[in-house]
Amino acid sequence: MLAHLINGISLGSIYAIIALGYTMVYGIAKMLNFAHGDVIMVGGYVSFCFMSYMNVPAPIAVLLAMAICTVLGITIERLAYKPLRSATSLAVLITAIGMSYFLQNSALIIWGANPKAYPNIFKDIEAFEMVGGARVSPVAVVAITANLVIMIILTLFTSRTKMGKAMRAVSEDKGAATLMGINVNFTISMTFAIGSGLAAIAGVLLCTAYPTLMPTTGSMPGIKAFTAAVFGGIGSIPGAMIGGILLGVIEILARAYISSELADAIVFGVLIVVLIFRPTGLLGKQIHEKV
Amino acid sequence: MSTVLKVENLHVYYGSIHAIKGVSFEVGEGEIVTLIGANGAGKSTTLNTVGGLLKPREGSVEFEGKSILGVAPHKVVNQGMALCPEGRRVFAQLSVRENLEMGAYTRPVSEIAETLEIVYEHFPRLKERQTQMAGTLSGGEQQMLAMGRALMSKPRLMMLDEPSMGLAPILVDQIFEIIKALNKKGTTILLVEQNAQMALSIADRAYVLETGRIVNSGTGKDLLNDDSVKKAYLGG
Repeated sequence: MLAHLINGISLGSIYAIIALGYTMVYGIAKMLNFAHGDVIMVGGYVSFCFMSYMNVPAPIAVLLAMAICTVLGITIERLAYKPLRSATSLAVLITAIGMSYFLQNSALIIWGANPKAYPNIFKDIEAFEMVGGARVSPVAVVAITANLVIMIILTLFTSRTKMGKAMRAVSEDKGAATLMGINVNFTISMTFAIGSGLAAIAGVLLCTAYPTLMPTTGSMPGIKAFTAAVFGGIGSIPGAMIGGILLGVIEILARAYISSELADAIVFGVLIVVLIFRPTGLLGKQIHEKV
Repeated sequence: MSTVLKVENLHVYYGSIHAIKGVSFEVGEGEIVTLIGANGAGKSTTLNTVGGLLKPREGSVEFEGKSILGVAPHKVVNQGMALCPEGRRVFAQLSVRENLEMGAYTRPVSEIAETLEIVYEHFPRLKERQTQMAGTLSGGEQQMLAMGRALMSKPRLMMLDEPSMGLAPILVDQIFEIIKALNKKGTTILLVEQNAQMALSIADRAYVLETGRIVNSGTGKDLLNDDSVKKAYLGG
């Protein structure tokens, strides 16, 4: 039981890191970036290439993957989404779905359809023995720690720094933010940069935990992380973390105790129930403004 | 008296709708100038164009002798003018203090504390509530916050869009007292109001807008006694 719980929290932490990307972009640009899951896949492939083909040490490969995904995220936003800033949200949504397929098929051309075996970056580290005999894999420890560190840094960033406060201002009212002298386009670019950098980290963790890398590797975790973001209350940073972890735990427990075929159905079923009772998600904002 | 703001032959469109049809006016240094007119006359459109949020199709806007039409919208505040927008538009989920900090976004952090004190002097209520979320403030307090936030950029020209909207009469008086006090301390004011009575009583000069055109202008006093203005805007 304990082992399942820890596995669940670990998988949930990866979902949470992905969900943060969804939630920040939604919060600030007010769009669902469905290509976000595929940036994870790119992060996976890029780090894979550095480690397997060029023998780059894992930590440096991760940093390089983050840098490349950051640039990719900014580029996607600049080329595909920015021209649609004043278009209907439906047009942006469809563009995002198109971008998702574009990335998947580009990966198919570059890396082929055969799955790649992702190297175990923690192969020299033994699994930890817990009280009660449960074993915890190093990737679980790293995923949980990384998630906590990222959460704390992002919370401090948005509440303490000038740039972070400006992001919150832009998320509320782009026109008023412009009047303050905030460069809205630059702020949105920064959001994509942060989200995509995090996606690279998530990609490495995901591929280490589930070491089969394919062009579609990012799409299912992407959709689940999106679900986690909605579950926790889209736009909310702590919501993304809570939603991600709950989703991971529910998924692993359902897989272990109910049925591995039904696990995904149960995950999405829980989402539906939660949304019936709390349409804005667990920590979603229901603001009643005074007039 | 030198001219701070000079707007000439301004034409603004929303899509194919011709909202502003050749508006020209001037604001001199140290003046309070008001644009009055009914709903939909184009007052806010004019102000938003001057503030850089809308681009005109024709005409010129000069601030202190320099055209601001080529300036990126987020850099207009750098030129020395601030717009306090219609409906206040405070950042509801930022604290009062954070809202004020956003107002000083383009200024060095080291100068913020001093300006903050000046703003708190004008609006002691904001100091009491500095850690509160702006969305929880009353309408009057939000208006004060919106004005304080605009002041944080230390503007030489402050543009106010309907500061009295939705406020109780006693608060309207207070807000207008503050506008007068700001003006006395040297800030030039361009005021857009539906409350023509109030606006004209504090304005040095005024322009009357009707369906995108200026139809009348004069000193505040003259227009208060003008028959057509009385009839249309002052309830007889």
